[in-house]
Amino acid sequence: MAIDLTPDTIERPATTLYRRPRLTTGFWAWITTADHKKIGMLYGYTAFAFFIAGGLEALLLRIQLAGPDGAFLSAAEYNGLFTTHAITMIFLFVMPISAAFFNYLLPLMIGARDVAFPRMNAVSYWIFLFGGLFIYSSLLFATSPAPLGGNLPGGAADASMLGSIPNSGWFIYAPNSGVAYSPGTSIDYAALGLQMLGVASLISAVNFIVTILNMRAPGMRLLRMPVFVWMTLVVALLLLFSLPIIAIALFMLTFDRQFGTLFFVPEAGGDPILWQHLFWLFGHPEVYILILPAMGIVSEVLPVFSKKPLFGYPAVVFAGAAIAFLGFGVWAHHMFSSGIPTVAQAAFGLSTMTIAIPTGIKIFNWLGTVWGGRVRLTTPMLFSLGFVALFVIGGLSGVTHAVVPSDWQQTDTYYVVAHFHYVLFGGAIFGLFAGIYYWFPKLTGRMYSEGLGKWHFWLMFIGMNLTFGPMHWLGLQGMVRRTWVYPEDAGLGPWNLVVTVGAFIIAVSVLIFMINWMYSKRRGRSAPDDPWDARTLEWTMPSPTPEYNFAEEPVVTSLDDFWYRKYDEDEDGRAVRKEKADEMVADLIYKNGNPDHEIHLPAPSYFPFFVGLGIMFIAYGILYHTRVWGIPVLVAGTILTIGALIAWGSEPLEEIHDEGHDDGEPGGSDQEPQESSLNEGNH
Amino acid sequence: MAELAHGHGDGPAHHQVTGIDNRKLGMWVFLSSEFLFFGALINNYLLFKGRDFGPGALYPVELYDIPFTSISSFVLLMSSLTMVLAHSALARNDQEQTRTWLFATALLGIVFVSGQFFEFGEFILHGLKLNVNPAASAFYMLTGFHGVHVIIGVLMLMVLAFKSLRTGSLSETEGMNVELVGLYWHFVDIIWIVIFVLVYLIQ
Repeated sequence: MAIDLTPDTIERPATTLYRRPRLTTGFWAWITTADHKKIGMLYGYTAFAFFIAGGLEALLLRIQLAGPDGAFLSAAEYNGLFTTHAITMIFLFVMPISAAFFNYLLPLMIGARDVAFPRMNAVSYWIFLFGGLFIYSSLLFATSPAPLGGNLPGGAADASMLGSIPNSGWFIYAPNSGVAYSPGTSIDYAALGLQMLGVASLISAVNFIVTILNMRAPGMRLLRMPVFVWMTLVVALLLLFSLPIIAIALFMLTFDRQFGTLFFVPEAGGDPILWQHLFWLFGHPEVYILILPAMGIVSEVLPVFSKKPLFGYPAVVFAGAAIAFLGFGVWAHHMFSSGIPTVAQAAFGLSTMTIAIPTGIKIFNWLGTVWGGRVRLTTPMLFSLGFVALFVIGGLSGVTHAVVPSDWQQTDTYYVVAHFHYVLFGGAIFGLFAGIYYWFPKLTGRMYSEGLGKWHFWLMFIGMNLTFGPMHWLGLQGMVRRTWVYPEDAGLGPWNLVVTVGAFIIAVSVLIFMINWMYSKRRGRSAPDDPWDARTLEWTMPSPTPEYNFAEEPVVTSLDDFWYRKYDEDEDGRAVRKEKADEMVADLIYKNGNPDHEIHLPAPSYFPFFVGLGIMFIAYGILYHTRVWGIPVLVAGTILTIGALIAWGSEPLEEIHDEGHDDGEPGGSDQEPQESSLNEGNH
Repeated sequence: MAELAHGHGDGPAHHQVTGIDNRKLGMWVFLSSEFLFFGALINNYLLFKGRDFGPGALYPVELYDIPFTSISSFVLLMSSLTMVLAHSALARNDQEQTRTWLFATALLGIVFVSGQFFEFGEFILHGLKLNVNPAASAFYMLTGFHGVHVIIGVLMLMVLAFKSLRTGSLSETEGMNVELVGLYWHFVDIIWIVIFVLVYLIQ
């Protein structure tokens, strides 16, 4: 993309300090954008790049474990890779790609022009991006010298770049994460980077909650919202209440490491178990933060491709909310082997089992949705059905963790790895791919290749089961997590080879997806506006989505309003298409594609980008505050952040060209360049 | 139709389902998160304050100067009153009084933070450094993060007050900002009441 600084010819009103950028194309348009759809695409592409990084890390791990006594990686490199794989997949892939869906779809699904705070939306993205880059900059800058009490077997920790990335496990358990056992800076990169990502998520959570509560189209009552929007709300509330806890825990860790506090140092009276409590009090809601967006997507996809309304809509919504609520009361099931009291173990075992109830409700409602429907096995439908099947397997192995004695047996074995990959890979990632295929026509205006999509699904489905299925029995045979070698006489070799082969099959399937995406985005068949005969508002507008979303604010009269405008029910409750449905849809989409008045959109801004950049400098400054240049970087970052915030507050709230349009001048001339830029951005 | 166009919270939005302004709702939502932030900090302090850190360990509770902290707490409470006065002056469109009370609120906030600096200084002179034991760490982290919140509030009040001084009157948007800063300021005060009771008074 070329840098294109469109000269601003509009007179600058005397009362404002700053002009807002008005770019619609090129590099700076993406830097300054406040459009929820562009921000959604930025989130999506960035998250996918991190997905590739995290996937490559996993492949390196699997090469090392393909046979007994592997010598491909050193122990230190292995520690770094499995930790960074987890941090990447959780915080830099699944969470942000869920945010990409929220961003792009939430306003469309509730009939709004944008989110409540467009510039805050942009700042969430930039802080996330710089936080991710900060964590990955540990490859270049971090150090991880030998810990107290000798070196790791397998080579000096500092021997390679891969040995210096965060290496403590994504949970960063104390006291291993303390200065004594993890000298150097690799843990600081994780702690400060995660803090940044938390800030980004908190801002977006506030934004989404206000958007959902306040910006719904007329008639869109809470219980008429699509399930995906409900799950967005639930996830945002989970983020809102769990992130402050991890923020405190990460602050304590950073203070321990940087300023000599003693929170987690047992010799000085500190309490490492406190870290576990704080971490999992965030960490367990976090797993629902990862899975609920996918559940929302699947709840949208299954009814559409079954030609039926969602079975038991209120039950699905309340089950989602119940999962979130109960999710705050189960954290200690991650700590059954930490020596917590027996009564607590029993209580948390029971509360964990209760999670199975709302989850089961969801599963049965999804099955009820497909049951008796006219099922079309398109790629998104296959991924959704795959989601249900694999999530059931992961959910059932989850129930076995609620049984305390059984959990003791499984703690720190590959059985646990198998469990959470079934729910997070088989669950979250399958759901997210279902969403990517389902909304691809709306994002790009083109159809993906169904053939390649099916190849992607089947290879990923087979690869996923080959990878994570055998881990169940490997774990039950006693194969230990987070260990870089296993001896030959343990008899674990053959199944580990199968697991490695499965991982490479997954890699091939992802490659097919990328080819499909890149090819179809440019050359794919042009997409109809409502290709799936869908139920939600985003399909009532042209594909790709116009920059202004809705030309006319939609008015909603029922749940699945768009569906009931197209379909009646016969005596048996089967859907019958109305006679005039096609004309109605064509008319609606034509109106949304050709506004009869000018539409004001949130103006772009330079400052969210600089706030994100400034916060990254602050993080570097804290990390290196003992170096000569550390404090200057800290001060520069603070000045940049506060300066950008003040400038943000001082820039005019409206686009400047608002001033000249009070005379009712038709706005057609203003819209055409915007639309063409959108096409350019998306194709 | 034109007013339908404002689909964003930066300006007056076209309609707000709850009837509450987006920005105000956003502030409420954010503050609900802040309760857990301080909840975790208070929890840390309560966990560590009674732990045995060996012979000769120094605890924050031994150094509290309750009369002094009571006065600084009173100052912070009074700043909530001046904040309300600023807000009600703005509701009467009395720009001069608004400005005065904004400055007064900021000033009281500065007095409170200065008191905290003085208190920290005294404690450190008595040997209660940040890193002597986890109880001290938890005390400094809790009161320190509260102090940072007060400082941020003071900064926001100053920005508003100086804006009002420069332009003569606060616009409609800035009026909303007074309300938002007010919400934040009252929250910071309420948290201090909890901290003062749980940390200082109940020993």
